[in-house]
Amino acid sequence: MSEHSTYVPGSAAEKWLDERLPVARFAKEHLMDFPTPKNLNYWWTFGAILVMCLGVQIVTGIILAMHYTPNVAMAFDSVEHIRRNVNGGRIIQATHAVGASMFFAALYIHIFRGMFYGSYKAPREILWILGVIIFILTMATAFMGYVLPWGQMSFWGATVITNIFSAIPIVGESVLQLLRGGFAVGNPTLNRFFSLHYLLPFVIAAVVALHIWALHVPGNNNPTGVDVKSSRDTLPFHPYYTMKDLYGMVLFMIPFAWFIFFAPDILGHPDNYIQANSQVTPAHIVPEWYLLPFYTILRAIDFNVLFINSQLGGVIAMGLSMVALLVVPWLDTGRVRSGLFRPMFKWFYLLFVINFIGLTYLGAQPAEGIYTLLAKVCTAYYFIHFFVVLPVLSRIEKPLPLPTSISESVLGKAHA
Amino acid sequence: MIKTKTILVALTLALGLSAPALAQDHSAPHIEKQNWSFAGIFGTYDQNQLQRGFQVFREVCASCHGARLISFRNLAENGGPGFSEEQVKALAAEYEVVDPTAEGGVRAGVPADRWPSPFPSEQDARDANGGSLPPDFSVLAKARGLTDPFPFWIFNYFTGYSEGGVDYIHALLNGYHEEAPEGFDLPEGKYYNDYFPGHAIGMAPPLSDGQITYEVAEGQTEVPLTLEQYSTDVSAFMMWMAEPGLVSRKETGFKVLLFLVLFAGLMWATKRRIWAGIEH
Repeated sequence: MSEHSTYVPGSAAEKWLDERLPVARFAKEHLMDFPTPKNLNYWWTFGAILVMCLGVQIVTGIILAMHYTPNVAMAFDSVEHIRRNVNGGRIIQATHAVGASMFFAALYIHIFRGMFYGSYKAPREILWILGVIIFILTMATAFMGYVLPWGQMSFWGATVITNIFSAIPIVGESVLQLLRGGFAVGNPTLNRFFSLHYLLPFVIAAVVALHIWALHVPGNNNPTGVDVKSSRDTLPFHPYYTMKDLYGMVLFMIPFAWFIFFAPDILGHPDNYIQANSQVTPAHIVPEWYLLPFYTILRAIDFNVLFINSQLGGVIAMGLSMVALLVVPWLDTGRVRSGLFRPMFKWFYLLFVINFIGLTYLGAQPAEGIYTLLAKVCTAYYFIHFFVVLPVLSRIEKPLPLPTSISESVLGKAHA
Repeated sequence: MIKTKTILVALTLALGLSAPALAQDHSAPHIEKQNWSFAGIFGTYDQNQLQRGFQVFREVCASCHGARLISFRNLAENGGPGFSEEQVKALAAEYEVVDPTAEGGVRAGVPADRWPSPFPSEQDARDANGGSLPPDFSVLAKARGLTDPFPFWIFNYFTGYSEGGVDYIHALLNGYHEEAPEGFDLPEGKYYNDYFPGHAIGMAPPLSDGQITYEVAEGQTEVPLTLEQYSTDVSAFMMWMAEPGLVSRKETGFKVLLFLVLFAGLMWATKRRIWAGIEH
């Protein structure tokens, strides 16, 4: 989309710069003139909201790192020191902690938007895969960040989650020791998690840059899923979508601020206000809410399959749940992208969303009684959706007639 | 279609965000929520209550429980119990503080000192308390919580309910029984409490009616000298210890939310203006 540039240097200085490093040209083409489908709805503002979330986490995180001490004897108190004695510390710390949850809320909405409108389909497979990589990196970053306050859930969460890696055949034990920096979670673990927690956001930022690059090659998908046919279908990104995205961001900041100022701890677990103690195990060890769906899948495999024991089975299932996301462009091969024109997909998608909420809910429940059965059912459906429902639907479903162009569908709506 | 989807996403969020709250103990009996002055958007601490709570803490709790993150100076800071700097100075001077640089290794406290721990080490604390460790009070009010049954916990996200810890502490202080119910095997040296996980608590009932005499300033109404009153006051004080900046945080929050709502309104109007005439 960058072949036909409309940038004309306005002055001698701009011309001089343009011949050496065309940043102004780049900004004009990609941040201002970039042709964007005119029918994007508010679900499309979450991309910009996520960029904001990443920015907020990086800025607050850098400030927190100035006051935090990554040492098992001092970490807990240093976080309290930030809350109590650092100017604005309670707000900065709360923004970072609540920010993680808001980041994931936006991330899940963004992913589910992509799944409904078929945004992973050709020619956007790479764009989608980069997105899944960002998702996985963000989970790793958030998990390591949760360890840093060195509360009970930090410590026991770190113990349980790192333990997952011990299930890998042959190299498992070595990987586990490398992650922990020893035989158990301790000071070396805290130190390396702090280091990685500081590093990974910048890796994420780099993948985000690739993600946006991969977006700017085919351009945005849109609610109809129909390709852009002419310039009548699009609007320049600025001022139309800069404005719409900014409005979306401000709206998003309202619940964000609500949690920061009025319930900064409601998204965390009270046990994390107890300093880590390797001698006392909490009654229930629960990860943060955003990891729960995958935690359920991990725990759902509590039986051995042939030579695979239940622990390895759980790890394989969890890994496979990510792989399913990565390969979905090749599982859902139907030509029609948007769920709006897929009468059967629509219902299965709804079921998938409900099932995913179920997985989240079950992750917070003790692994006993009816919950273990429900966890198995929900886990099974998660995979059935990807590996059975989507491929079968692509073959048997008869999509509704598509509008010939975006502008036609827009006009149709306006006159209806 | 958009509407159903909006509702769905809202539900996803509500459920997802609320899941951790579900993870707590299911067997605990129902804890009654109290009417705290510091709850809600406009919540502030009641200075008199914090001063009474401090008295309970100092005269009763502090003989076993530490508060290592609290400094004497905090007691004179804004949004707290509102003692004067002179009062805090005098109070600190009443305590001996370990200081290797001082002559003899101890000196009189100053406002910048932390609240002195009642025991020199964890082992000493355990030895003096039948093997149980009295938890530090600094953040205890946030380290406890309560679980609402489905679907009531969903509403907590919309009311900003953050008083689960103090509600639990208040219930615990009022939850003692002289004798364990029949069939309950109470270990030696333990006490039966309705709300303590497992019911066998190492702490003897710490408060009883008439135990502490509140000084009543002229013109103020008298405060009942009851267990209920003491436990409420000390719980409020513990909330302040855990969240000393709560009042300014909520005041700022109100301004921020007001700004964001107005700003969003302006952004909406601007967006509409820019998009006017575009079919989309």
